[in-house]
Amino acid sequence: MFDIKTLESYQAIDNKLYQVMDAEGKLVIPKWKSSLDNEQIVQAYRDLLFVRTADMMAVAYQRQGRMFTYPPNLGQEAIHIAAGLVMQEKDWLVPAFRELGAWLAKGVKLSEVFLYFRGHEDGSRFQEANRVLPVAVPISSQLLHASGLGYALNYQGEDAAVFAFVGDGGTSEGDFHEALNFASVWDAPVVFVIQNNQFAISVPLAMQTRSKNLAVKGIAYGMESIMVDGNDIFAMHDVFSFARDYAVTNKRPILIEAVTYRAGAHTTSDDPTKYRTSEEEEEWAKKDPVLRLQKWLTRKKLWDVSTEEELIASYRKKIDAEFEIAEHYPEYNIDDVFGYLYEEMPDELKRQKNDYMNFINSSGGVK
Amino acid sequence: MKVMNLVQAINDAMDIKLQEDKSIVVYGEDVGVEGGVFRVTEGLQVKHGKERVFDSPLAESGIAGTALGMAISGMKPIIEMQFDGFSYPAFNQIISHIARFRNRTRGKYHVPMVIRIPYGGGINALEHHSESPEAYFGHTPGLKVVIPSTPYDAKGLLIAAIEDPDPVIYLEPKRIYRAIKQEVPEEKYQIPIGKAKVISQGEDITVIAYGAMIREVQKAMVLVKEKGISVQLIDLRSIWPIDRDTIGAAVRQTGRALIVTEAQQSYGPAAELISVINEEAFLSLEAPPKRLTGFDTVIPLPLGEKHYMISPQRIAWEIEKLVNY
Ligand SMILES: Cc1ncc(C[n+]2csc(CCOP(=O)(O)OP(=O)(O)O)c2C)c(N)n1
Ligand SMILES: [Mg+2]
Repeated sequence: MFDIKTLESYQAIDNKLYQVMDAEGKLVIPKWKSSLDNEQIVQAYRDLLFVRTADMMAVAYQRQGRMFTYPPNLGQEAIHIAAGLVMQEKDWLVPAFRELGAWLAKGVKLSEVFLYFRGHEDGSRFQEANRVLPVAVPISSQLLHASGLGYALNYQGEDAAVFAFVGDGGTSEGDFHEALNFASVWDAPVVFVIQNNQFAISVPLAMQTRSKNLAVKGIAYGMESIMVDGNDIFAMHDVFSFARDYAVTNKRPILIEAVTYRAGAHTTSDDPTKYRTSEEEEEWAKKDPVLRLQKWLTRKKLWDVSTEEELIASYRKKIDAEFEIAEHYPEYNIDDVFGYLYEEMPDELKRQKNDYMNFINSSGGVK
Repeated sequence: MKVMNLVQAINDAMDIKLQEDKSIVVYGEDVGVEGGVFRVTEGLQVKHGKERVFDSPLAESGIAGTALGMAISGMKPIIEMQFDGFSYPAFNQIISHIARFRNRTRGKYHVPMVIRIPYGGGINALEHHSESPEAYFGHTPGLKVVIPSTPYDAKGLLIAAIEDPDPVIYLEPKRIYRAIKQEVPEEKYQIPIGKAKVISQGEDITVIAYGAMIREVQKAMVLVKEKGISVQLIDLRSIWPIDRDTIGAAVRQTGRALIVTEAQQSYGPAAELISVINEEAFLSLEAPPKRLTGFDTVIPLPLGEKHYMISPQRIAWEIEKLVNY
């Protein structure tokens, strides 16, 4: 449990990291109890395994030439699963682009994620998921949308929160600072989440900021700010639960820095060996979030590791099936290019489309 | 002479200038240790030091605005916007300050800087990685805008841009970064900014293009040659200042003009070129000048690019229609 009292002893300015269990899956807070029951924790572990498998398969599909550039989530999954456990249906999720588990929790279909990264805009339509925004490629730009969504929740009298994600590198953009300030001045119920995975492509955190941590940036905007071990799902769940409750009850924003590590490449086009050492990678691998929960569960006799292989095999089948939906999606046609720009297509656009169709008809289908 | 692709030629130009002029610095996101996401600045940090070639925090407005401060105090920054779509956060600094500082201070300060931006589609990229923003910059008084289409031009144009006393937007057609190799002189040379190049002479029609579209036009020229059509190809090279003389003279010779741009159509570079043609060659025209451009749509994600990107076949089709007008 993390409450307002806990917050007092985890002030960002003191550089204190909230952690519940260490890398060995041993509790570091004596007598700590989760608000999740054992069954929910086991399910959270299954979810971790599922997104990790899906994420690794996404990288594999890309390698097989069946998908384009993809940003791996490896090592950061606990943050997303924990957020998924806390977010409610009426809450908004405002992603950056590396929160696979959180998207799925909101009801985004894996086939849609695959479709998007296969290069089709329809993957951002989210047929069955509400209150989740699409990937925002321009770094930090999405955070301002979150502050506006928060204002709208207040204005419309809804008790809900906005979960907005950004990376460590994103804290350098002006939009990050504007978004925090707006949310604070407007009393908007936004839970800002910085996934501090230590890198912005090749640029390490030390070249991004001289602040002692990233959570302190919230203090300047007059908001509560917490630094959490992002590889500790219990700590993340505690803090997200508190933060949501705090935001909705007090109508205030709050900032969470989730300290983690991008264990994979920045994207499938990136080669991390150019800018970091394998020693560093191995150090962080020991703190892996999935392994950590596995150790805790095993010690508690809630999990039998020998069943894992079979479980993952069943996940792989499911994931392959989702991928096939994306792969066999209807052929991209010209209306996909011209559609959705306006409620009503202006004549000039109709003319341009017609010209193109005339060419296609005369060329026998050659584009 | 040395065989180089565009990436190597651009790198070589920066290397030569860094060596020669200590007031030059190179910075942007991932340009230092990594050598840029396209490896265009590869090796420059090792060679010229971390004080001169370095990674900045992730903030394009910051990169552009700080470069202005350096530039007005006697330095010559070469900054990189990682992709076309990420030059937009820097827009305020570029349009409101960098382009205007000379004018605002009545010449007391000027802004010698180069803003390098990989641009254009056709590389199966994510959203905001395939934009053609040249019209925005060409529309802005106080900026110069250049686009090379070959390694030779890439090196000469970049050296000219660095030596220019005014801010130059240097757009790099990323689609052909490594696609074209050519012999490039090892020493320093300049390609003058504001001068178009007649790539090939021809009688029937003038085609004007730039950047990655040049290669597509050249493929189209092979297709129409079989039909006996000879094309005069002009590489615009400078979006601004625009080379009115070369364009006018060319179209006066052939009487027909096709403009090919990947950028979307409305209020774009092709519209500007057609105005110039009307002003300079109206009485010689045998057909209305025509533009073949990107649609006025968002450039699609990879699966849709086959529709959006202009193919040699489409260019050939338009050439034939114009010649038979
Ligand atoms: C405005 C903008 N500038 C540059 C980029 C290119 N880019 C994509 S991801 C990235 C690094 C982001 O780092 P961080 O915020 O730490 O997120 P992470 O990738 O580590 O999850 C950069 C520079 C971009 N997408 N948007
Ligand atoms: Mg990061």
